[in-house]
Amino acid sequence: MALALRRTLVALATVLLVLTVTFAGLHLAPGDPVRLYLGPSADAATAEVMRHQLGLDRSVAEQYVRWLGRFVTGDWGASIAQHRAVTRVLAEALGPTLLLTGLSLLLSYAIGIVIGAVQAARRRSGLDWALTVVTTGFQAVPAYVLALGLVLIFAYGAALWSWPEALRLPAMGAESFGADLLSPAQRLGDRLRHLVLPVTTLTVIGAAGLARYVRAATIEALRQPSVRTARAKGLGEGSVLMRHALRNALVPVVTLAGLQLPALFSGVVFVETIFAWPGMGRVMVQAVLARDYPVVMAATAVFAALVVVGNLLADAASAWVDPRLRR
Amino acid sequence: MVGTRERGGVGVWNRALVTGAALLAGVGVVALLIPLLHGPISSELNDIVARRFLAPLGRTPEGTFHLLGTDRFGRDLLVRLAFGARVSLAVGLIAAVVSTALGVLLGSIAGYAGGRTDRAISALTDSALAIPRVPLLLLLVALFQPGLAVTVLAIGLTGWMTVTRLVRAEVRSLKERLFVEAARALGVPAWRVVARHLIPHAVGPALVATALGVGSAIMLEAGLSFLGLGVQPPTPSWGNMIAAGRDALVVAPWVALAPAALVALVVLACSLVADGLERSLAGRA
Repeated sequence: MALALRRTLVALATVLLVLTVTFAGLHLAPGDPVRLYLGPSADAATAEVMRHQLGLDRSVAEQYVRWLGRFVTGDWGASIAQHRAVTRVLAEALGPTLLLTGLSLLLSYAIGIVIGAVQAARRRSGLDWALTVVTTGFQAVPAYVLALGLVLIFAYGAALWSWPEALRLPAMGAESFGADLLSPAQRLGDRLRHLVLPVTTLTVIGAAGLARYVRAATIEALRQPSVRTARAKGLGEGSVLMRHALRNALVPVVTLAGLQLPALFSGVVFVETIFAWPGMGRVMVQAVLARDYPVVMAATAVFAALVVVGNLLADAASAWVDPRLRR
Repeated sequence: MVGTRERGGVGVWNRALVTGAALLAGVGVVALLIPLLHGPISSELNDIVARRFLAPLGRTPEGTFHLLGTDRFGRDLLVRLAFGARVSLAVGLIAAVVSTALGVLLGSIAGYAGGRTDRAISALTDSALAIPRVPLLLLLVALFQPGLAVTVLAIGLTGWMTVTRLVRAEVRSLKERLFVEAARALGVPAWRVVARHLIPHAVGPALVATALGVGSAIMLEAGLSFLGLGVQPPTPSWGNMIAAGRDALVVAPWVALAPAALVALVVLACSLVADGLERSLAGRA
């Protein structure tokens, strides 16, 4: 229990760190917000009044505490570019991002574990070698490169080479224009088709990294004395692999899920931008381009909070998988 | 010392290390030589229509040969890639060196000092590791004007955590050893013990982390520039070349694919070098 408490404290510290970096950055950034807001024509007295109204004449420490207080109570200010509450902007974007990342995480685990286990079972075979080349290669491909490649093949190429309709995949947005006119079943199908390319991008990269890890961990587990015992008592190779090696190898893989989240949320920024997916990453990129500070700051904090929550979930999951971690 | 014989190589050099280093050297040579042979990219833009979007191996009406084709302003892609390589490789190297320097500094302080200092630095490292890097970079870029310097600094200042952890672990395990105690007993000041007796032992793992760091820095630079938030055109970088080619993906896919393939190739080469270094260090120990 003490461990869980400490993890939670570290988690809270992380979010606090992000907020502090954000606040510090905002103060270090060049430019006077009052001048920016009022424009060059405003006189000094007006600027002074506004400075007082915004609380910018107080000490930095006081401003920091007040700003934190507002942030904690859910007052994240208004988006400069969209003229509505930051919380609403982000609330709309959170769902699509969670759908994209959650689905990719699940699929990359399923695929990565299977590939890694197959490689470990057939280690040093031609298949193992080929899969190592493929996974090492895909791990080096940046998300934006893979995404552009998929767009080129399945959106442009598929039409050019007149592939069957099922293989011509949409590369823009979460649903087709006018999707609300479709029947519920058609609309679901439309949404699923829009998910294919972005989810594939994130899944391929995630699965490649995982497969390499699972392969190494399983081969290591196969060297353990317990495996020799299992073989000695006459168990089949399949059972040895599945029940004795892979199962032990998967315990750290669960923890790895938490550690992979930052990379996943980095990749999602590019994927959402390329596929015009209405999620947090795209919102953030657009906010940066529009210098919409309140949205940029809040989005960073939400990304960090998502990782932190994900880490806590991964910890809970590893304790569930590995009874030794329960104390 | 006789090198241990491994599959695919002898001693320090193994297949991964050789392949990775050769790839990087090849890109490096191209980045150095082509701009030297070609001279600066001319800003004269005559008859863009006839020269733009030439396919690879194409010739202009005047008969100039373009190995990788031309972009939408009729500029030779290979020459621009070579100029871009200078920017991208330099950004990657400098950012990785900044990260490693910070990581060695923080890691050796935490490992040697122990106690409260160690706990504070370790907690900071754990927290920083939990922040997704691209959103953090976007935040930093948003606060300042996008450009070369901001890109290098932002990438460098967000990549120190792995090195910190490695160096801290190494220093912690070494500082109780007799040779360290001997140095202390001779009255060597703490900073000198760390710098001369502890850090040299952590160079191996730090080098592996740096090799990976160069790869991810190049990937991040290209990513930021792709989003329009890194190196700004007309300065060519692989990232903004991909972004420019994205608009012409249908008519001239090679304009985006060539820099994209190079980014992937260099990242792969860096991870091969890191893998190879790790293996040869493990073989030596």
